[in-house]
Parts: sequence; C-alpha cells; structure tokens
Amino acid sequence: MTTVVSPGSGAGSGDLAEATSSNASLRRFLHGLPGVDQVGAEARAAMLGTRSIKTTAKDFAIDLAIRMVDLTTLEGQDTPGKVRALSTKAMRPDPADPSCPQVAAVCVYPDMVPVAKETLGASGVHVASVATAFPSGRAALDIKLADTRDAVEAGADEIDMVIDRGAFLSGRYLEVYDEIVATKEACKRPDGADAHLKVIFETGELQTYDNVRRASWLAMMAGADFIKTSTGKVQPAATPPVTMIMLEAVRDFRDATGQMVGVKPAGGIRTSKDAIKYLVMVNEVAGPDWLDPDWFRFGASTLLNDLLMQRTKMKTGRYSGPDYFTLD
Amino acid sequence: MASENTSGTHAADARAAFEYAPAPESRAIVDIKSSYGLFVNGEFTAPSEGRSFKTVSPSSEEVLAEVADASAEDVDLAVKAARRAYDKTWSKMPGRERAKYLFRIARIIQERSRELAVLESLDNGKPIRESRDVDVPLVASWFFYYAGWADKLEYAGVGPNPQPLGVAAQVIPWNFPLMMLAWKIAPALATGNTVVLKPAETTPLTALLFAEICQQADLPPGVVNIVTGAGETGRALVAHPDVDKVAFTGSTEVGRLIAKSVAGTDKRVTLELGGKAANIVFDDAPVDQAVEGIVNGIFFNQGHVCCAGSRLLVQESVADEVLHSLKRRMSTLRVGDPLDKNTDIGAINSREQLEKIRELSDIGDAEGAERWSPACDLPANGYWFPPTVFTGVSQAHRIAREEIFGPVLSVLTFRTPTEAVEKANNTPFGLSAGVWTDKGSRILWMADKLRAGVVWANTFNRFDPASPFGGYKESGYGREGGRHGLEAYVR
Amino acid sequence: MTPASTRLDVRKTYKLYVGGAFPRSESGRTYEVTDHKGRFLANASKASRKDARDAVTAARKAFGGWSTRTPYNRGQILYRIAEVLEGRRGQFVEEVGLGEGLTASKAEAAVDTAVDRLVWYAGWADKIAQVVGGANPVSGPYFNFSMPDPTGVVAVVAPQDSSLLGLVSVVAPAIVTGNTTVVVTSYERPLPAITFSEVLATSDVPGGVVNVLTGDAAEVAPWLASHMDVNAIDLAGVEDAALAKDLEETAAENLKRVLRPATATDWAMQPGIERMTAFLETKTVWHPIGI
Repeated sequence: MTTVVSPGSGAGSGDLAEATSSNASLRRFLHGLPGVDQVGAEARAAMLGTRSIKTTAKDFAIDLAIRMVDLTTLEGQDTPGKVRALSTKAMRPDPADPSCPQVAAVCVYPDMVPVAKETLGASGVHVASVATAFPSGRAALDIKLADTRDAVEAGADEIDMVIDRGAFLSGRYLEVYDEIVATKEACKRPDGADAHLKVIFETGELQTYDNVRRASWLAMMAGADFIKTSTGKVQPAATPPVTMIMLEAVRDFRDATGQMVGVKPAGGIRTSKDAIKYLVMVNEVAGPDWLDPDWFRFGASTLLNDLLMQRTKMKTGRYSGPDYFTLD
Repeated sequence: MASENTSGTHAADARAAFEYAPAPESRAIVDIKSSYGLFVNGEFTAPSEGRSFKTVSPSSEEVLAEVADASAEDVDLAVKAARRAYDKTWSKMPGRERAKYLFRIARIIQERSRELAVLESLDNGKPIRESRDVDVPLVASWFFYYAGWADKLEYAGVGPNPQPLGVAAQVIPWNFPLMMLAWKIAPALATGNTVVLKPAETTPLTALLFAEICQQADLPPGVVNIVTGAGETGRALVAHPDVDKVAFTGSTEVGRLIAKSVAGTDKRVTLELGGKAANIVFDDAPVDQAVEGIVNGIFFNQGHVCCAGSRLLVQESVADEVLHSLKRRMSTLRVGDPLDKNTDIGAINSREQLEKIRELSDIGDAEGAERWSPACDLPANGYWFPPTVFTGVSQAHRIAREEIFGPVLSVLTFRTPTEAVEKANNTPFGLSAGVWTDKGSRILWMADKLRAGVVWANTFNRFDPASPFGGYKESGYGREGGRHGLEAYVR
Repeated sequence: MTPASTRLDVRKTYKLYVGGAFPRSESGRTYEVTDHKGRFLANASKASRKDARDAVTAARKAFGGWSTRTPYNRGQILYRIAEVLEGRRGQFVEEVGLGEGLTASKAEAAVDTAVDRLVWYAGWADKIAQVVGGANPVSGPYFNFSMPDPTGVVAVVAPQDSSLLGLVSVVAPAIVTGNTTVVVTSYERPLPAITFSEVLATSDVPGGVVNVLTGDAAEVAPWLASHMDVNAIDLAGVEDAALAKDLEETAAENLKRVLRPATATDWAMQPGIERMTAFLETKTVWHPIGI
C-alpha cells in the first residue's frame, strides 16, 4: 500500500492523532485538505453518470445494489407491524424468486430495534438504528449517548448517528470529533461484538463540497466505520457529486492510514438507473474494493422495488409493473 | 478506528464481475455511400480528373468510402461557384435572411446529431461520448450563435458598416472535423461571405454529410462548396487568385507556408496552429479536479488537440502526490472501440500520426525521460496508442518542446510562480495554458503573465461559441468564436 | 575671405536612438540628408543589421516593464510626448517643411495633427481594453472574459513621405497598448524622426520602448522581418511591392503579425482603432463559478 496521501495532510496516522490534539490544530488540518472545485467535481460526477451499463454488467450491478440496500423506515407513524413487514421484505425481497439476494440491513428508529431484530433473527440481514437525537442532533450529549446505548443494547448491529452540524459550521470541530468518539464508545458491547458506527453529515446543511470533505476526514479520524450523506429529512439529500467527494475521502484515507471506511448515500436514490450510476462511481473513484455491502450502502425505501422490477425485466425480457412487487 | 479491510475476497469477486459489457452505439443510423463526389454549386459532382482516395476507420482500418480528389480545376470551379453565389445572392441577401438559413442549419444539425456523432467517431476514431456530448452539440451551438449575428453586425464593434470580404478559402484539420467546419463556415456565412472548404484527407465524411444538410436547408447553391483532397488541393485553394480570405487550422508548419503563399496579395488570413500548452498545478490546487483537468487536458480526443495541456508543470512540493493520483486515474481510462459509449480514449486518427507519436515517444525514452502507461489491451486492428506520461522531463527535452499531438504528457516541475510562468512561456507557441490553484489573486496574476490566447483557470479544454479562441506567437493569429470571430470575415 | 559678419553653421551628424541612448551606427556609416531641393541638411547614421539586432534586444528588454505599466501611466506618458513635441513645434515645422517641401502653413498643420494624434492615442490607453475586451456569455457555470494583450516587439517601417505625422501615426498606436518598437525611419526625411527621438528621450518614455533607426528600409527591414524575437511587423512605409512581398514572406517564418504597406494612406485622416488592434492579442480567461 502506498504511503502517498492526500495533499495538505502530508502524513500518516501518527500525524492524524496530532491533528486532533486541539481545536486549532484540527481546524488547521481540515482546512489544509485540498479544496474542491464545485464545477469540476460536478462535471466529473456527471461524466461518470454517462457510463452505459448493459447486459451482464447490469445483472451484476442490480444484484449488488439489492445487497447494498439499507431498507429504511424512519417515520413518526412507524409501528411494530410496519417494521415486521419491512424486515420480512428485507429477507425475501422478491417472494416469487428465491434467487433474489437479501438486502444489507433494515434501518429503523431505536425503539423499533427489538421488533426488527426479532423478525430478522439469524437471517444475516443487519439491524441498523439511527441515534443521537436523529435527525437534528439537537440534544445534550448524554441524551445522545443514552439514545445510542439503548439501540445497541436492543441488538442494533449498526448505529447511524448524526453530527452536530451547528458545531461543525461554527468551527467547533473538536466538539464534533469528541462526540463521534464518545458515540463510538457507546457502540461497544462487553462481548466485543461492537455495533458499527455510521456517521451522518447531513450534507444538504453543510452546503459546500469543501465542508463535505472536511467532515469526511473528521469522522474517519474519529473512528467512523461508515460515512453517510444524509438523514433523508433534509433536501438535497444524497447527490452523485457529494457521494463522489466522500468516495475520494475514503480512498485517500486508506492511502494515508491503510484503513477502509464505508460510504452510504441516503435519500433521493429511487431508481435502478441512479443506483447503477452510484456503483459506477464507486468502481471508478474509490475502486472495486468498495463494491461490497461491507463498504457501500444505499439508504433507501423505494429504490428496492425499482431494482426488483429491473431485475425481473432482465430475467424475463418483459417490463414489469408495481403490482407485482410488495409495497412494504 | 475503522476496520481493516478483511473483505479481500469479496472485492476480488466484485472486480472480476463489474466489467462493463460492450455498449456500442448503433452505426445503422448512418448511411455511408460507397463513394462521394465534390460538393460544388449545391450539387455533388464528379472530380474533373476522376481521381479518388479512400477514407478508413482508424479503429478498424475498414474502408468507409471512396472520396473524390479535387484537382486545381475542380478548385477553380468551386471558387467560381462561390463567387457567383457571393455576387448574385449571398452578399445581397439581408442579414435577417442569412440568419434564418443558419438557424435552419443549426436545427438540422440538432435533429441529425446522433447520425453526425456516429459518422464522426467512425471516420475520426474519437470516442462516441465526445462526438455526442462535445463535438456535435458545439457544432449546433456555433451555427446558432453566429446565426444571431447575421443581422446585427453593425453592433459588433467591428466597424460602423461591416462588409463581407467575398470568397473564403477554408482548410481544416482532422482532429475535430465537423467542429472545425462549424468554426469556419458559421461566421463566414453570417457575415455574408461564401466559402470553399477543404476537409482533411483522413476525415472528409462529416463535411460531406454537412453538404447534404446544406441541400436539406435549401441553402442557395454555391454559398458552401466542399472540395475533398489532400495537401495539393489545399494549396490550390489557398493560392487561388480569386479568394479574398484564407482561414486555416492545422500545423504551424503548413500555417507558415500559407502565410508565405499569401504574401504580397490582398488576401486576409487567419491561422489557428499548433501549441504546447502548460497545465500548471500549484500546491494549493483542488487536487481531484486538477487531476481531471490534466486527464481532460491531454487525453481528450486522444490528445489530438492543438490546445492540449501537453506539458504538466507541477509544483515540486506536491509532484509525487499529483503523479500518484494521476496514474491512478489514468488506470481507469477505457481505451478501445470509439463507438462504445464507455470508451474514454479512441483510436489515433491515422497510421502516419501514430508513427509520429511513436517516434517522439521513443525520443523521450532515448533522452532519458521515464515513460509510464497503465496496463491496457489495445485492439489488434487499427491505430492505437496508450495514454502515456513521461516524468523527469526538462525544458531541454524534445518531448517538452515539440507538439506530439497524441495522448502523451510530459511532466516538469517548478518551485515558484515566477518559475512556472517562465517555463510556461518558454516556447514558440502560445495557444493555451492551464492554472490550478485555490488562490484567486494568484490566478489573475498568472493569467496576466501567461502569453497564451486562452487561459483556463481551474478548468481545461472548455469551448464555447461566445468565447474567442486563438493563439499568440507561432500558434497563429486571429480569433475564432465570439464577437471577435467576426473580425476575420469583414472589412 | 569669409565676411566677419556671417557665422559658419555647425553641421550636425545625428545618431540612432536605441535603448534610450544615442549610439552611432555600429557600422560607422552615415549618409547625407538633404531637403526636398537637394540642399544639405545634416548627416544621419545609416543603420546596419547589427543596429537592428541591438534595437530588437533593447525593445525586448523594455517590453516587460512597459507592457505592465498601468494603462493610465502609459496614457500620461503619451500625453507627455505630445506636450514636449508641442514645445518644439518650431523645429518640427522647419524640418517637416524642408524635408517634405511643404509650405509653412501645411507643415504647421502636419505638426499640429501629429500632436493631436498623440493626444488622441494617449486617451486610448485606458479605454481600448473595454472596447475590444469584455465578458463572454458562455453557456455554462464559468466566468469568461477576454482582454487585449500587447503582441510584443513590433518592427515598424515608417512612412517615407509623411516624416512626422506618418511616423507618429504608426508608432503611437503600437506603443500605447504596451508594445515596444523598432522603427526604421523615412530614408530621405529622417530629421523629424531624429528630433522625435530627442522628444522621446525627454518625455518619460522608458528607454527601449521606441528605438529609432535611420537608414534604408530595404537594407534593415529584412533583418527585422527575419528576426525570430520580433512578434509583428508594420510595413507602412514599404513602397516597393516586391520588397513588401519579400518581407511578408520572411515574416511568416515565426508567424509575425503583418500590417501590409499603407503607402496610399492620407495620414491627416482621423484613424480608427485598427492600428492598435493589429498589434493586440486577445487573451480569454475561463474560471468556474462555484461555492
């Protein structure tokens, strides 16, 4: 593995530890990362979107995309019934076709974790829970940590936390960093089967790609297992260029430290065509190592049915219709 | 900290499986005739001496068509037709009517855009992604832009009562066959001139399809004439005593000959010639976009671009990082079938050009520069050259001075902005330059100091009909595009 | 014997004007300058190819500084030239009149027009960029603007007949935009150009911006046309069509911008901006617009 790192950081993990010794040094580090030119980044993302994925490559991509879905319900109106139905679908997305792979995880609020866990059992589909006063993150730290611990104790395999965007935007980077470190700590289990931590930036509120890159490095340095674009509650949610900036960050972080971090765009990805564009981006920006549910996820609710319709089309040669797929 | 990568097997599987299957654009949309005549006075005519030459697809060496080889006599007939059209119709037509013809042509180009793109990729070897997304849309926009000028010339700042020159002789290269045609014909027609255009020998087909578009638009006969042929045809056209204007895009070598041949005449001349542009990357550049800009700068259109960023000047402090990123990015470039929608780099336009690229690259080796190319399988037939970067290059190397006109990048380093400017300007050319830095005042300082007709700051290889394009020094004179592009065609 | 009451005049031998100094021709050659009736006026240096070479070196050296002066400053300096020229009006009227064979009133008109022309061009210094440059409305998220940039070193063959007005009319438009020049003067009527050199030397014009070579264009101009460090050539005063063609061909070697002979020009006519734009490059700069 190369030791060359992203410009501005100029060093390996030792220096990264140094960077987090004070808010000033952390600020220096994050602002020393190379800038992102918006127009150039968007042009590159758009170019990747013109890739034409056909036949065998499309078969592969659709199955991979299904395996990467975090099937999500995050509504005030969620009930155990809804979560059970969703979990069932997660295990058998296409009841008519046993060869259809299951999704990666079901993503719910903390109080729904026991229901999801019970339904999913040993299926291999993970339970992901949002936490830390999702979606705004506006609560005291001890409340956020209690929120996290509740979900972990209830059996969540993955925790999707939100960063404190207010602190980030006002330059209190160390505060954001410390909160992620504390939440990571709260993900621990006595048996060592720690919950994986996904860190949500709410990129729609960070506004600039420079901020997305800084947030990515900050979260990775704090121990994030995944970095995630959005809660799905703020527009814009995931976009190809935002996801590309995060893919560049995980790529550069591995160059610098040897460690891989996953990426999860969430919100707004509704069609197979979109999902395939993201996979092309993963393939060409971060590299094929990330083409795996361990390293890339889609946070989505309606995407799955479109993937299933496309999958059926590829298999039967006919266009399908929504009535042939379950609504849960 | 994050988990170590333990999923090597998955990744390996994924890598094996996510091979993009071929996604070829259908060539059924284009109806290529087995042979083409000359387009003179609104009709396709047989060449006087009956000679013809073959145009081949550079990606397969397949013969696409037989094309007429215009003799001096044919050129004379074309110039006469253009003169008649100039005297009788075109120069007398109100600007608003000329405008409508140009708008009509622009619209037909849009309607037939896929056909034009496929034909361009077949004949030239460029990826369909570029002919479809760059060349043909620009061609349409060029005609739309200049159409609008035709009845507004008195407001163009090119004199109080601008008048056309007469017959324009236009000779264009093979790297952007249709786009160069648009750059030449659109402003000439908008200003009331008539034209005789010679497309390049290796890429005549889209110009001949454009001739059909002129017929489709009911353009008066003789306003546009297309004579196909090689250098001899071009010489006859440029030297014809009854042309009033010569416009040429191509090599500096030929540009020099043209400048000499018009000496002592009243012919007006514009020349858009070679380049050896510096693409300058500072240590505070937005690195990922800079790498894209470097790639776009030298590998766009296989590097067959006069304004290509063929000299990368990178600040020493970030040279290793930038090169690392560049090589990684180059490894994702897809070289192959120009009609495959996923191809990034197509075929070299001709065997002759391929040999020139090989020769200069071999000189790079011999002079001690270090050559690198990503692993890529090149097709067995056709003319191919892998994307290549030479490191350890100094200003004294021939590959840092001569235009290679291929996918070959020379990398040099610098320490200070002053050194960057000195090295960038240390060339007889002066067509374009690139600057990558996040510091606004430095961009403007660099833009001020660089002796080049186009400076792309934090971007590269952007073109627009509203934006003047053309060089300093041996890169030629005159500007194409924008209001400035009108000056070459009026008195 | 010469009567005691008549004073013998001091006959002048003039030198070249190169890099702000007044050297003799390196060749040591001079030639006799006469008035329109053939009466002796003075000796002038006859420039050689090496003088042309030195003048190009001086012009190149001056280019960086002159082209980066503020336009306002260049305008001020051109206006200063007009002021100093006006101050020596009498001398110019005499020299123009003798050389061109003009009546006093016509010579005065020529000198006055030359002064006015300098004033006219002086005002262009900080305006030409707005007239020929500007923002270009490209279809994309880019700020795109074009601006004029001086071509570099311009060789000028000054008009043969109009020895001051013609000279000023070709030199002023070249230098006002930031070019530097090597001027070959009228062969037969070099005195106004020589006096003009003295005006330049006392008008805050940096040395090397205008270099004045008296002598034979047919001998000197080919060296300027073939010089690879000259960017443009103005053939205004080349009267021999064969020479003009040769010079244009030679100039093609490094793609010099060429202004063809202007021998039929009435220099008293109000000029347009073409003599400025002929020696201006258009530089277009793109930058993305983003956050």
